[in-house]
Amino acid sequence: MITKRIIPCLDVRDGHVVKGIQFKNHKIVGSIVDLAKKYSQEGADELVFYDITASTDGSTVSKEWVSKISDVINIPFCVAGGIKSVNDARSILNLGADKVSINTPALENPNLIRELSLEFGSQCVVIGMDIKTLDGKSFLFAKTGNELTAHSTEILALDWIRKVQKLGAGEVVINSMNQDGMKNGYDISLLNELSKVCTLPMIASGGAGSADHFINVFANTNVDGALAASIFHNNEYSIQDIKTSLQSNKINIRTSL
Amino acid sequence: MSVAIVDCGGANLRSVATSIERLKIPYVITDNSDEIIKAQYVILPGVGSAQNVMKHLESKNLNNVITQLKQPVLGICIGMQILFNYSAEGNTKCLGIFEENIDLFSKSNLLKVPQMGWNKVEFSDAKLKKLNDYYYFANSYYAKTFNSTKAISDYGSAFSSVVQKDNFLGCQFHPEKSAEAGVRFLKYFLTKS
Repeated sequence: MITKRIIPCLDVRDGHVVKGIQFKNHKIVGSIVDLAKKYSQEGADELVFYDITASTDGSTVSKEWVSKISDVINIPFCVAGGIKSVNDARSILNLGADKVSINTPALENPNLIRELSLEFGSQCVVIGMDIKTLDGKSFLFAKTGNELTAHSTEILALDWIRKVQKLGAGEVVINSMNQDGMKNGYDISLLNELSKVCTLPMIASGGAGSADHFINVFANTNVDGALAASIFHNNEYSIQDIKTSLQSNKINIRTSL
Repeated sequence: MSVAIVDCGGANLRSVATSIERLKIPYVITDNSDEIIKAQYVILPGVGSAQNVMKHLESKNLNNVITQLKQPVLGICIGMQILFNYSAEGNTKCLGIFEENIDLFSKSNLLKVPQMGWNKVEFSDAKLKKLNDYYYFANSYYAKTFNSTKAISDYGSAFSSVVQKDNFLGCQFHPEKSAEAGVRFLKYFLTKS
């Protein structure tokens, strides 16, 4: 059967990989191409490249970086940031991306999900969901790349998952804003709540701070992959460290390179 | 040696091209029938939907060209699926090299669709066991196992991850995205004659 995926994420602003805490106070943590190459060689199962400023300033993800990354990796590659049309997606895919992830543009124009899946197939269409839980209810946030533009859409995460799967999405990334950069573990209860209605592959994001957090999310939820940023960028753990821990806990993962 | 990567109207030709370039083998990306016919190896790459890829090939009259090719041909993912008789994706009549049909995985709480990620591929031929490894898949549609199946994988049940008939080889996974295992598989294809 299919293995669980470990997915490093490069959040990029102005040509540098950055990392914030709860989507604020972003600091530069490294070079885009060097980190992409390193993670690919270390056995990452996939790479996510996210231009966090694109949707907030109305632009599209920087195409130059998409092709530079594509040239140095040989693993699947998902690109996010301000992709608003079939043509935007086509140019990103033609530069070497395998999937596009859309968040704000999908919230503004849900029919984009259907258009993309008819054109490129569902497997190309990832829905990024930035979720904050307030008083026990989980809402979607839009334009989250900048704390000045981030706002609640008042759409419930459960309703959105039901809708995007009908429209032809191929995967969802569940990004817990409460946990982002906090390094105290993935949001297990949110993931389990959303899993009840989700028939698509689901990726957990937000909160990874130790190998135990990866073990915990795979042992206690039905997610297909775990995305993380800080833990890898800071060299606290390598991809291989995490995989070795998962393997010794009988989680099904790919250990070959 | 030369490789023709057929522009099937889908996207992401670049990843396949990059993987061939890394092997230092000359290639062209083309939808020109003469260039395809004279290449030593032909690759049908794999992003798009069955109906769009077939529509594009028919508009260039490449459907007849491809079925007549005599050199080694590799179909990747959707490029493999269009070598079959028919695909349930968009009820599409395909090229018919393989007489079987392409079906949709049936969704359930236990089986998420599309299949997205790394799955184990097991070849039946003893000489190919060295290629047994994890490869990257991203597909909602699949081929059952049948008499041209060369390797199987499991997603809910066994399906064909590699098929071969005469000079036509097909893989459901993406070798260009399958790290070192994918490189070994491409090298295997590029040593066929």
